[in-house]
Amino acid sequence: MAEPMVLPLRSTMTFGVGIREDILQNWREELAKCRVNLRVNAGVVGISGQRGAFRITLATGEMMTAEFVVLAIGLQGNIRKLGVPGEDFPRVQYQLDDPDEFNSETIVVVGAGDTGVENALALSKQNRVIFINRQEEFTSCTKANFDLLMAEVTKGRIETRVSTRAERVEENTGNDFPLVFVVQTPLGLERIECHRIIARLGAKPPRQLVESFGVRFPNSDSTAVPQLSEQYESNVQGLYIVGALAGYPLIKQAMNQGYEVVEYILGNPVEPADEALLKAKFTGVPGVGSVSEGIALIRRNQPLFAALTTLQLREFMLDSTVWLPPCGDMLFKRNDYSNSFFSILTGSVTINTEGKDGAVAAFQLAAGDFFGEMGLLSGRRRSGTAVAGDNCVLVETPRRSMLKLLYSVPGVRRRLDEVALKRIVRNSLDSSLPESELEHLVQDAKLKQYAVGETLFNEGDKADGLYLIRRGSVVVSRLIAGKEVVLAYVSAGNYVGEMALVSNMPHSATVRAASPTDAILLEAERVNAVMERNSSIRSKVDSRYLERIGADALPPDDEFSGLVKFLMTHGVGEATDVLLIDYSRCIRCDNCETACADAHGGIPRLNRAAGATYEQIHLPTSCRHCEHPHCMKDCPPDAIHRSVNGEVFISDSCIGCGNCQKNCPYGVIQMAAQNVHEQRGIWQIIFGTSGREPSPEENADGSSMSKKAVKCDLCKGISGGPLCVNACPTGAAFRISPEGFFSQVARGSKPSQKEPG
Amino acid sequence: MNTTQRSGVLNFMHYRYFKLSSMLMVAAIVTYVLAPVGDEPYGGTWLGYVLGIVSALIVLLLLWYGIARRRTPRVRYQRPHPKNGGHKQAGSVQPDFSLRRWEDRGRHLAKDAWSHGGTLQGWLSSHIYLGASLIVLATLHTGFQFGWDVHTLSYVLMLLVIASGFYGMYAYLNYPRLITLNMGEETLDDLLHKIAELDELARIHALGLPDEVNALVLKARQETRLGGSLLRQLSGKQRNCPTISAARQILQLGSKYIKNEQPELMRDLYAVLLRKERLVLRARHEIKLNARLQFWRYLHVPLAVALLAALLAHVVAILFYW
Ligand SMILES: Cc1cc2nc3c(=O)[nH]c(=O)nc-3n(C[C@H](O)[C@H](O)[C@H](O)COP(=O)(O)OP(=O)(O)OC[C@H]3O[C@@H](n4cnc5c(N)ncnc54)[C@H](O)[C@@H]3O)c2cc1C
Ligand code: HEM
Ligand code: HEM
Repeated sequence: MAEPMVLPLRSTMTFGVGIREDILQNWREELAKCRVNLRVNAGVVGISGQRGAFRITLATGEMMTAEFVVLAIGLQGNIRKLGVPGEDFPRVQYQLDDPDEFNSETIVVVGAGDTGVENALALSKQNRVIFINRQEEFTSCTKANFDLLMAEVTKGRIETRVSTRAERVEENTGNDFPLVFVVQTPLGLERIECHRIIARLGAKPPRQLVESFGVRFPNSDSTAVPQLSEQYESNVQGLYIVGALAGYPLIKQAMNQGYEVVEYILGNPVEPADEALLKAKFTGVPGVGSVSEGIALIRRNQPLFAALTTLQLREFMLDSTVWLPPCGDMLFKRNDYSNSFFSILTGSVTINTEGKDGAVAAFQLAAGDFFGEMGLLSGRRRSGTAVAGDNCVLVETPRRSMLKLLYSVPGVRRRLDEVALKRIVRNSLDSSLPESELEHLVQDAKLKQYAVGETLFNEGDKADGLYLIRRGSVVVSRLIAGKEVVLAYVSAGNYVGEMALVSNMPHSATVRAASPTDAILLEAERVNAVMERNSSIRSKVDSRYLERIGADALPPDDEFSGLVKFLMTHGVGEATDVLLIDYSRCIRCDNCETACADAHGGIPRLNRAAGATYEQIHLPTSCRHCEHPHCMKDCPPDAIHRSVNGEVFISDSCIGCGNCQKNCPYGVIQMAAQNVHEQRGIWQIIFGTSGREPSPEENADGSSMSKKAVKCDLCKGISGGPLCVNACPTGAAFRISPEGFFSQVARGSKPSQKEPG
Repeated sequence: MNTTQRSGVLNFMHYRYFKLSSMLMVAAIVTYVLAPVGDEPYGGTWLGYVLGIVSALIVLLLLWYGIARRRTPRVRYQRPHPKNGGHKQAGSVQPDFSLRRWEDRGRHLAKDAWSHGGTLQGWLSSHIYLGASLIVLATLHTGFQFGWDVHTLSYVLMLLVIASGFYGMYAYLNYPRLITLNMGEETLDDLLHKIAELDELARIHALGLPDEVNALVLKARQETRLGGSLLRQLSGKQRNCPTISAARQILQLGSKYIKNEQPELMRDLYAVLLRKERLVLRARHEIKLNARLQFWRYLHVPLAVALLAALLAHVVAILFYW
């Protein structure tokens, strides 16, 4: 709620952990006391002019002038309203925070997009729902949502009206229904009496509007935020931007910035809210006495961040940690799953890598260098071990802050790509390759991106070069007797296409992306030239080639191909650890769910019966711990992390906004009330009584509880490993990583279950 | 599916518990044959006592399985990084994300398996083999001296528990696969839902047809039973299933109603009933397989509890009256 906890609140308005309604009420009262000149329902459609003389146009056509403008319009955009009389009645809502809030009401849901359908489905559990669609058909929602909706409609739980438009909303006094929604149906006007109207008609994202004010964005990426000065001023002088639109998605940050900007405009010196925090971070760093000296040190010694504004650097440092590790300390280990990014301010660091063939190599890095970018880019385990050298001062930055930088500051991305490219080539081809050859190889290298299922190249295509998989994974297949037979699965850090290079013939197999994939294409001529001059790389590529033809000689296994295709179509390609159930052994006792619930506050994080089945292999609905977790994408408090062991988990700082639930394509995240759940004792087990369990939705005082996102954490903190596997009496449940699964099959042996733990 | 040939309940850990219980049985038989037999009732000899006590301990262990199965381990959460793993961190303020330090690795990987000693699969594997070994151990303990008393009652109960256990094992090894084959990705609810839809469809088709047909359809709708009593569930059949007979009779009545669009309606109705019949059979099969997979536990567990009681009586009787 009041995240980030470390940041003090600057604004004089109160804000803390609490119930939404109370917080809003407080603000309303305090705002009134401040005598702020507040205009509601005043959508701004244009801003022109400059500092000292801005002209602001409202949607109503009204104009006003201002010396300064502070833009705090958030990212939600202009919500589309019904556009009919009565659209602003309090019971006409354009948002739905918690569908369980309503009970036994008649609710009309308008808008046949996914949000509307999902709202209708959620509401129909406890209410009578009437669903209104302008169109005759449901084309704007996904097939899955459409099926769910139709199922509810056939069960009579949701009524629909198609080709129907809103006419007006009237308030009703005669009976129990406070509203009358008058709609135009193909059969004429209909008056629907209801308690509530929920309209989900989408919103217009604000970027275009903001650009029309003259504000520039650094690139076209949808996550880009406008570049701002240290005082939140945009490139339009006198126009300031704060809050979510400026890239700060939490309430407290937004409040602080609003406070600071007003002080700046008034000419009052203010120490930024993060000053003390940053100062603390730099204490102990030799030669740094203040925050500005620290920032200067970064600018001087770390060219990667030269392009950042001071504001960006400060924010970056707020998320980062400065470390002064003693010489010889290990910073991270090869095969760890951490994905933070390190930059070296002073001193040196040694990276020890180990090739697939067991060849070890060491690289020396110094001030101005950075490392840890591989894990960030590939989403996989660390490819080397990092050890601190003398007088080391390091900055460690979490994944999200680093990604934000990559997307918002083009310079950072470019420089990181350059360095990463060489490292990846060296790592996946031959670590003993001299620098000059490396330079030669990567010239004209192309970064290619593929969506799931897209082909990198087809069987029979002319060889164009070597494809290094930087991110994602691919499946190699070949047509045998008219059937596509899967031969191998190749993960990030490896290459494909060498068969054509070595044998100088067309590609012998088709390669398809099994998950969103980035591949680096090295030109055939360059690779061949380098192989000619360096026998070591030649022999490495050759032996890989031999390995592959060996694997290809396996008799085609239809069953295996079918299983691989099934797993790939269900997104297992991007998983790192996925739960499968061998249905030929599963006695459907659901002990996996029960054990999971017992260990996780009474809420199971998997749904055994849901999910797809291929022959006897069932893929239950449960987290797969994706390489690039979709859930992490858009988390305001950055509460979702991956631990060194690979599990993706949600920390206590979750604010319950539900973004991760929406972003997860596999539906494995739930919003659940937090409650105390006691484990059952032996006598309770014997006599079948349950432990003390408060009702899930309510506190002791009956107030509804705030919900937080919950998902599988691979039983982090429970020795012995995931309970879903350990609690299966027949050994039907097992967890695999696609890599292990496929490599074992490719070597001819049948995959075995991952040992628990 | 052979692509996932992982160890099963029977060959768990390379037949660890098979070997263990075989050793127990061989040792018991060898001692029984070689050890001198006195005059007294066999259970009272030293070997009798040893076998009796071992058997009773095994029974207790097997009973404990019921508890182990329902108990989850104590959650032992580890604090993320209490003191930064000994590193000197500039400043004292932690960033607002719980990045775990490199030293924390390994601690988390503690291999001490499930907190009550192993995976549940291991428990079940030992349960089956040790349970089976009781046939030898307890029988030798009795010295083949049976009568109409509480002692023999406990023995008989034990055999019944074991017999039901063997059936259960058979069911667990065979029915799950059949269930998936029958159901695919569908659930019983899905089938019921579809059956209800077809019932409604049949009703609508029948509206334009004579009463005789409507009566058949109504009967098929109202009197088709899917589950019912345990015996019905286990058999997976309904005698004179109204849906099946309705379909047959519609076929026969086809030659009778040939006015206007009646032939088409009859044909469509027949198709609907046939589809329903398929679904009904599948649903019954599902219910049957599930019942056969589950029902034996309602014998196994109460009998096991009764065995415990009889065993107590046996021991008490021995201690007080012998
Ligand atoms: C369900 C949910 C729960 C959340 N929980 C928390 C939490 O617990 N703690 C936390 O810190 N953060 C939370 N967040 C995030 C937080 O709400 C936002 O980051 C924050 O509100 C951003 O503030 P803002 O002022 O930048 O934008 P907003 O709050 O979006 O405010 C923008 C305002 O500008 C108005 N506006 C937009 N366009 C125009 C225009 N053209 N003309 C005039 N006015 C316009 C809008 O109507 C709106 O009133 C949550 C978010 C969600 C979705
Ligand atoms: C699974 C556990 C056991 C079973 C099924 C079992 C069963 C039997 C049976 C059927 C007899 C023969 C009764 C008869 O002679 O009429 C017997 C005898 C005996 N049992 Fe057990 N018993 C078990 C455990 C024990 C234990 C734990 C003890 C000791 C504490 C014990 C002590 C004896 C003695 C002393 C006799 C000889 C008495 C007699 O023959 O009447 N038994 N048992
Ligand atoms: C005296 C001997 C035995 C006793 C006291 C005993 C007791 C039990 C108990 C208490 C359960 C728990 C039931 C539940 O959790 O619902 C159980 C389950 C089971 N038993 Fe036995 N049992 C015995 C012998 C056997 C034998 C010999 C076999 C097999 C050959 C067997 C097979 C099983 C199976 C398959 C289960 C179900 C496992 C599960 O669903 O988790 N049992 N038994």
